[in-house]
Amino acid sequence: MNPVLELVGITKRFGALTANDDITLSLAQGEILALLGENGAGKTTLMNILFGHYAADAGHVRLFGETLPPGRPRAAIEAGVGMVHQHFTLAHNLTVLDNVMLGSEALGRLRSARAEARAKLRGIAERFGLPVDPDAKISRLSVGERQRVEILKALYRDARVLILDEPTAVLARPEAQRLFETLREMTREGLSLIFISHKLHEVMGASDRVAVLRGGKIVAERRTAETNAAELAELMVGRKVDRPVRSEQRVGAPVLVARGVSVGPEGARRLDDVSFTVYAGEILGIVGVSGNGQAALGALLSGMAHPSTGSLTLGGADAGALGPRGLVGVEAGRVPEDRHSEGVIGELSVWENATLERLRRPEFSHRGFVRRAACKRYAASLIERFDIRGATPETRTQLLSGGNMQKLVLGRVLCHAPRFVLVNQPTRGLDEGAIAAVHAELLAARAEGAAILLISEELEEAVALSDRIQAIVKGRLSEPVAARDADPQRLGLMMAGVWTGDAHAS
Amino acid sequence: MRLERRTHTPLSLVVLAPVAAIGAALILAAGLVAAAGVNPLAAYAEMLRGALGSRLAITEMLTRATPLILTGLAAAIAFRARLWNIGAEGQFYMGALATAALGHSLGLPGWLGVPLLMLTGMVAGALLLAGPAYLRLRFEVDEVVTTLLLNFVAILFVGLMIEGPLRDPLAFGWPTSVPVDAAYRLSDLVPRTRLHIGLLFAVAAAAIVWLILDRTVFGAETRAAGLNARAAAFAGVSLPRTIMGVALLSGALAGLAGAVEVMGVTAGVTTTMSPGFGYAGIVAAMLAALNPAGVVVSAVFIATIFVGADAMGRATGVPSFIADVIVSLCLLTMLVALLFTSYRVRR
Repeated sequence: MNPVLELVGITKRFGALTANDDITLSLAQGEILALLGENGAGKTTLMNILFGHYAADAGHVRLFGETLPPGRPRAAIEAGVGMVHQHFTLAHNLTVLDNVMLGSEALGRLRSARAEARAKLRGIAERFGLPVDPDAKISRLSVGERQRVEILKALYRDARVLILDEPTAVLARPEAQRLFETLREMTREGLSLIFISHKLHEVMGASDRVAVLRGGKIVAERRTAETNAAELAELMVGRKVDRPVRSEQRVGAPVLVARGVSVGPEGARRLDDVSFTVYAGEILGIVGVSGNGQAALGALLSGMAHPSTGSLTLGGADAGALGPRGLVGVEAGRVPEDRHSEGVIGELSVWENATLERLRRPEFSHRGFVRRAACKRYAASLIERFDIRGATPETRTQLLSGGNMQKLVLGRVLCHAPRFVLVNQPTRGLDEGAIAAVHAELLAARAEGAAILLISEELEEAVALSDRIQAIVKGRLSEPVAARDADPQRLGLMMAGVWTGDAHAS
Repeated sequence: MRLERRTHTPLSLVVLAPVAAIGAALILAAGLVAAAGVNPLAAYAEMLRGALGSRLAITEMLTRATPLILTGLAAAIAFRARLWNIGAEGQFYMGALATAALGHSLGLPGWLGVPLLMLTGMVAGALLLAGPAYLRLRFEVDEVVTTLLLNFVAILFVGLMIEGPLRDPLAFGWPTSVPVDAAYRLSDLVPRTRLHIGLLFAVAAAAIVWLILDRTVFGAETRAAGLNARAAAFAGVSLPRTIMGVALLSGALAGLAGAVEVMGVTAGVTTTMSPGFGYAGIVAAMLAALNPAGVVVSAVFIATIFVGADAMGRATGVPSFIADVIVSLCLLTMLVALLFTSYRVRR
């Protein structure tokens, strides 16, 4: 069968970096091809060339036998390529229908073509099994629904080859499952798909064929049925990576204790009457489907929100009203959910980010003046100790990769021997090597007696790291279960809000 | 054609950007000069001669640059924290008015009175910006609107005062306020010219602002808050305190510009004493990419255009309003140039 899409000898350089090195790849009709690689392997660059966002330095793209003009997204769209970006490009104040029409219909037709467009959208939604209310505002939709709109947008423009960049990065496990079922349906309707991922289980579960990208080169192509996760992991990283394993250890005294804590006004509680205790030398895992109060719990424990009722104590002293600086002052470390928006300030240097939390301490400033030499020495020691690659104290932080940025955020917290640490989604978006490093650091902190509260939407991660697990559902917490008793079925029930001996179970 | 973010901005580009922006603005304005029937090259030569061609011209130009440096610093420090203070013009007038009012009959020796009057101007300017800053922090009122509109309020208030309680009875009906006492006039930097030691104060202020922004905890927190307010708050930076601190400093610098202008040049306050120092200060700050040392240079450049345009107008008949056009064009071209310092063009 003729391939629908061929990439031939694609090479793209950014300065000294070769992001894509002579890549040749083809996609057959009705096939799902997974493009697997670590962050920085060149996956996104390759797809941007295919879509016409970038022009390749060498090589060309052929679609249905025709060569696409380089660097022209509109030509790619017209030829039938649709792209669903990792970060959605939707106007939140408009409806689904508006968003679908924007960009594909002329502005003057936005009104007159509505009825026609609505019918077309209905037809596509039905045919591909993507139900959505055309008149719903984007701001009211869940993340999974928004992604559906992005896919519909591409299909509305008659895409026949669909590219999905890290489609599950923002989805919880069941949503991701549903997405892959939908994608499979779509291939039956004649679409061909490429999805980019660094998650092995997804690639194994959802693709027909896998191309592994490393250092800008295709290092292997396999039929999914003829390979396994271990082989792919090794191909992707270039060496064997094992995640560290938690060993049993005795826990100490209670460190952080929440009793009946609520956050948010009466009637609109973001956290509702939650109680938990984190002991020295243990990791307490909080699992749940995204959007069930994790954000509020994270805000509470990082000092960005305060309890409206109940008590939060750290080492016996009240910690509910401390605020960010107060928490740092009592050695409570915080690793936020989103490194880019809360963890670091990308435009500032590594040393400035490393010290910002503690800048008013005497080791970093004297009478209001920053002790720059001391700050830089401290940053250099963090870089060394936490193996932050590609960084000097002067490096602008946004130039670091996600994993190294996370090591910086983690490092500035862990190097002060914190009593308590909040870690919120610590490995989201990280590649396998970086995940192993982050897990090792968390387990090392646990071994040194830190009390750690881990909020994670990755079940494997929570089970692998945690001593005890609680589920968060609609702002409420389940009773804790020991990790050894937490089989997937029980966790699944807990995350659905069913837990024994609880009056609030729904 | 598309834009790609640069990972690194070479220093040569940082220096080249304002130069290219100024060049582009002059080329664009040349069209207007030609439309007025004058050879643009000849006109620009006249402009340069008028601003830099003699000792007197240079001192006039530096006299004009002095308040501009201060209003430029006021804009630079505020913009760094993303506090959009468009109100330096009004703060300038309030500083000037407070200085004249107190300096008219202050029974203190000069060495004590001058610093006190400068402080008075600074407080007046700071107070005028404290209101908008508070409204922004408390109710999220857009400070662009409030600071801009307060400029007109301030100028009308000056008009009210110089028609009323602060009217100078010896000015033969000329609308001007009482002058500051001769004891508090700033001494000449160059004898028999209008250039006064206020220039040294302005340059010192630039050094102090640099020190604050670049070397202190407050400066670091200001930068953090300006670049990513949420991450700064997460790291324990108090946004209200930082924004209010920046507002007080920014307003004080613009108020100081007014105080220095009154004590150094005009003695009394009129409603036309500023040829747009507050607004041109924004251009000075932008041309300098908000760098305090750069503000000194760009203020001198803008003063050259303003003073030179007067001379050009006298010699060639091109209306001197062309100076406003050139300075405004510089702001636009600089914004484009700044884009190219952080992005590169890809085919």
